[in-house]
Amino acid sequence: MADLRDLYQEVILEHSKAPRNYREVKGADKKAEGFNPLCGDRFTVYLQMNGDSIQDVGFQGSGCAISKASASMMTQSIKGKTSEDESQLGKLTVFAGVSEFPMRVKCATLAWHTLQAALEGKQEAVSTE
Amino acid sequence: MTTAARLPHEPARGIREVESGYDVEEIRADFPILNQQVHGHKLVYLDNAATSQKPRAVTDAIVRYYERDNANVHRGVHYLSERATEEYEAGRTAAQKFIHAADRHEIIFVRSATEGINLVAQTYGRKHVGAGDEVLISAMEHHSNIVPWQMLCEEKGAKLQVAPINDRGELILEKFEQLLGPRTKIAAVGHVSNALGTINPVEQIVKLAHARNIPVLVDGAQAVPRIPVDVQALGCDFYVFSGHKTYGPTGIGVLYGKFALLDAMPPYQGGGEMISSVSFEKTVYNKVPHKFEAGTPDMSGAVGMRAALEYLNHLGMENIAQYEHQLLEYATGKVSAIPGVRIIGTAKEKAGVLSFVIEGVHPHDVGTILDQEGIAIRTGHHCAQPVMERFKVDATARASFGLYNTKEEIDALVRGIQKVREVFA
Repeated sequence: MADLRDLYQEVILEHSKAPRNYREVKGADKKAEGFNPLCGDRFTVYLQMNGDSIQDVGFQGSGCAISKASASMMTQSIKGKTSEDESQLGKLTVFAGVSEFPMRVKCATLAWHTLQAALEGKQEAVSTE
Repeated sequence: MTTAARLPHEPARGIREVESGYDVEEIRADFPILNQQVHGHKLVYLDNAATSQKPRAVTDAIVRYYERDNANVHRGVHYLSERATEEYEAGRTAAQKFIHAADRHEIIFVRSATEGINLVAQTYGRKHVGAGDEVLISAMEHHSNIVPWQMLCEEKGAKLQVAPINDRGELILEKFEQLLGPRTKIAAVGHVSNALGTINPVEQIVKLAHARNIPVLVDGAQAVPRIPVDVQALGCDFYVFSGHKTYGPTGIGVLYGKFALLDAMPPYQGGGEMISSVSFEKTVYNKVPHKFEAGTPDMSGAVGMRAALEYLNHLGMENIAQYEHQLLEYATGKVSAIPGVRIIGTAKEKAGVLSFVIEGVHPHDVGTILDQEGIAIRTGHHCAQPVMERFKVDATARASFGLYNTKEEIDALVRGIQKVREVFA
């Protein structure tokens, strides 16, 4: 049986309470909005690019502990990376426990979908559905 | 039935036990699904406002129908068709009696409460609402009592007016009255709010609207399973409810309408059953209610719903309402006493719905942690996003009670919420 602590690991709880880069990036040259229509979680991801590389990143919005921590840790892990690298970053091991909770997988992936949309310059909000 | 003395637990202090005749343990035995473990814990099902569980009487009736009576209704001259028709029409009569409609022809079977509202918006609404006209709803409506009217208003160039609610989650009647204007063509309100539990003063609402010759549709999806409903006493023109929230099967709902209104309304969908004669030049529509029931209807649904309504009659809606009210009072006291918990929806008149938020914890995380304790609640916006906006929350956790829930289950909920606070401490 899945254990709650697999889902709510200390590091996830910590990030959800004090999310990193939780701000609008002034002069961001890319941004996108993502939402989960089933639960109403909604984030905006801001990117400041330097050529191909992500110079600065921030996010704002509202969501559960999983989606917020995922967004927070994503911003930490992609700073300085290129958009080529980004596709390799989706597997933060701390979120491995989420796979035991199928109803919550979309919470963890919301910010990553939003990042993808920002990098692709999508104008419309992306949805997890 | 025996008295509450059979309850395994002493009633909590200060809470009056139900009067004789309501034996919740005996009732629970009628619902096989309740007797199971979830994540190693006894299932505590507190998501009744989303859908209710079904007593064995309902599933038995559906099986019996398919094993004994099934044929298409209103068509064949053969024996089984006659039996199926009788069964289906008995469902109509059961629904009529249950909500005290004057005439069984005023009961139209639809797919859901949602479809009932869409039917009225697309028939009565399209006929009577024009450019510059208004439709009045309340700020606590479920999306199903917002969007069909929005679609109608968009099509016709009409305006959707919204009567506000106060901080307790009660309709502000004076504002509602002010919004009943010369261009208002119909008003639509929920009887019991699914997100807040508020019981609206439908009788008063109807009086205010009728004083201006404005018809009223009432969304009774949350009311019919919880409180006695008498559409003639309420005076409303249309009333909808669903089978599956009323301990019956999914896929069937009821639209009640006053006969004269239904009779004058254009049909909804075209097809078989709703016609009396068809040629390529002209089709003559069938009479009410068949005019609104195109295609083969949900026959087993009608049978199952009748079994559910008979089950509720057997327990007595007054008894159910009283019992659930006690559960609500007990839960409200216990849950609101937990530090950091805020109850959303504190109307004076309330049915068994308890929406709450826990400081610093998103409702989805509450839902997941409770689920690990075997407790099923709903989390999210409850298809009532404007209500969430009104209370400045993204979502809530919602425990909603049914006729089979117990105080022990509420104690389990309280322990679960405490566990949530520990995890997020």
